[in-house]
Amino acid sequence: MPRLNANNEMLAREIIARYPVRKSALIPLLHLAQEQDGYVAEDAMAHIAELVEVTPAEVLGTCSFYEMFKLHPVGHYVINVCGTLSCQLLGADELIHHAEDRLGIKVGATTEDGRFTLEKAECQAACTEAPCLQVNYRHEYRVTTDDFDAMIDRLNNADQKDPAAIPPHGTLSTVRQQIPSGRAVGAVAPELVTGPPVWMPTESAEES
Amino acid sequence: MSSTGIEIERAAGFVKNETPQIVTSRFDVEDSHTLVGYLATGGYEGIRKALTQTPAEVHGEIRDATVLGRGGAGFPAGVKWGFMPPDVFPRYLVVNGDESEPGTYKDRLLMELDPHQLIEGCLIASYAVGLSQCFLYVRGEMALAQERIATALNEAYAAGYVGRNILGTDFSLDIILHWGAGAYVVGEETALIESLEGNRGMPRLKPPYFPAAIGLYGKPTIVNNVETLANLPWIANNGAEEYRKIGTETSPGTRMVAVSGHVKRPGVYEIINGTTTFRQLLFDEEYCGGMLEGRTLKAFVPGGGSAPWFLPDQLDLPFEASEVGPAGSMLGSGAIMVMDDTTDIPKAAHSLTRFYAHESCGKCVPCREGGTWLERILGRIIDGHGTTRDLAMLLEVGETICPGDFPHASSERLGLDAQRFPYQMTTICFVGPSAFAPIHSALTLFPEEFAERVRDVTDEELAASAVGAVPVELKGVAAQ
Repeated sequence: MPRLNANNEMLAREIIARYPVRKSALIPLLHLAQEQDGYVAEDAMAHIAELVEVTPAEVLGTCSFYEMFKLHPVGHYVINVCGTLSCQLLGADELIHHAEDRLGIKVGATTEDGRFTLEKAECQAACTEAPCLQVNYRHEYRVTTDDFDAMIDRLNNADQKDPAAIPPHGTLSTVRQQIPSGRAVGAVAPELVTGPPVWMPTESAEES
Repeated sequence: MSSTGIEIERAAGFVKNETPQIVTSRFDVEDSHTLVGYLATGGYEGIRKALTQTPAEVHGEIRDATVLGRGGAGFPAGVKWGFMPPDVFPRYLVVNGDESEPGTYKDRLLMELDPHQLIEGCLIASYAVGLSQCFLYVRGEMALAQERIATALNEAYAAGYVGRNILGTDFSLDIILHWGAGAYVVGEETALIESLEGNRGMPRLKPPYFPAAIGLYGKPTIVNNVETLANLPWIANNGAEEYRKIGTETSPGTRMVAVSGHVKRPGVYEIINGTTTFRQLLFDEEYCGGMLEGRTLKAFVPGGGSAPWFLPDQLDLPFEASEVGPAGSMLGSGAIMVMDDTTDIPKAAHSLTRFYAHESCGKCVPCREGGTWLERILGRIIDGHGTTRDLAMLLEVGETICPGDFPHASSERLGLDAQRFPYQMTTICFVGPSAFAPIHSALTLFPEEFAERVRDVTDEELAASAVGAVPVELKGVAAQ
């Protein structure tokens, strides 16, 4: 049940500093915890609570609202098969049944070897490419049952050192936003802002 | 071959056509998502030009262009900006990139294929209205969009297009990439703000109807959709007058539309606003090229999963809110889902209702309880255990969420007149009514498909339920 490691704690402080109010960093930090451990560990939530200065209960309150945050370990690959209308019209039900057969698990479960978690998901914004699915939130389009089998074989043989490989569950963007210190304007607490930005003429002045 | 046995032409999500391109002009340029690619195609010229004008002039230009919001409500962006109280600061811009309405697929492409265009749109909006900081909220499930925007922002910061003293002027702005974690309701602008504040993403009680006065951290806030902002660089470059030459008086410009389902060439198209008809879009070779071989059109959802359905009777309507509303539906988020004659209507409705029931945030009782019950009752009917009383119950639950007449299309076949959009609602946001919309459309326009699936209630069942006794058919089970 790990807390954020030293490197991630440093990243967390950087992220917090971008927001005018610390708590705004909560969701990005929960993603950071999930990236570190593959799920959001209880100690990580306590650690985040310290960093953003709220109670651990508030962190859990936010965390438990959002579907992507897993409170228990899941597979290395989370496979989300879309089941909403456009995909359903073009065979999502068959695809989900096939996925269950191929992986030998029911929707919501994880394979014994911990490689795959299967989930039935809702609309993934790829409706013209139905039926679609995501592996760790990366799209696969127009997936036939044969495509699905080939995908599982590919994932089973994937070389994790290949930079193009799908990263393990928890890693979303492989690129982080970086703001060079000399270029940042910097976040200011809302109550400390009293006037318009320097480049903005005040509206009353403009009218005259 | 797809798993359904239907042969589909393999098309990329985006299909380029002949109409003027405002937001998709770079989609077929290979490196369109990089700064080099963007600058080579006129990128950041809009903000350069805007910075030579006063903020009020830029705001005026956008207001004159009448950019209707592309997130679903269709409210003009320039007017929305004007709702901010004068001389109250700080002001924030929150970009709504939480695209998740069923059938909707355009903002993701805009973020993945042309992230700099969106960033430039943010700069123009921020300059025009004096915004202190911009938060770009991207849906959690879009890993590639997050990567493309993070990369683009890193490039833009390094090159001086974002951050302190943009292009050597006094104009300074931070754009912070923020992302969600899976919640449809967060697309509602006050829920988006709650989520950005680190809370559970539940919509705020209205009024105020717009967060322009009281938004993020209780300060004036503009929430704009990705596609809305992506239009701004073009307008800053070419002017409101040129923009208004495209489309109609009330619906100028273009808009992105995703057509999915049983058509030959499903895809994302940029169409001329206001004049393009559903028939053109579904049947012209330039667009979807008609229904799959040997199939006929049964019904279509014209504006995202929340929209009441249309029939072939409505095909000649144009993409114009003032015509689609009286016909009983809405244009919403530019998502059309097409169903052919093989479609099982109750099952199709169930797929959408399940979505909204699942995505209810739980704040309003009619949605939390009603949505769930709508989904269960309809599921029971589809599984063959439904009765005529269940059909009545669906409407009764719907009436609790949306009192009064619910909008629907006209049907020549049924001799039915249209009931105009919108509806009354007992919930804060549209998730609850959206759970009912597909069921209401399906029941109203295809009553026979429900009638054949339910049986009459027996007298014994009626009597048993009246006194709260154990239903007759369960008595044997209970005794065991």
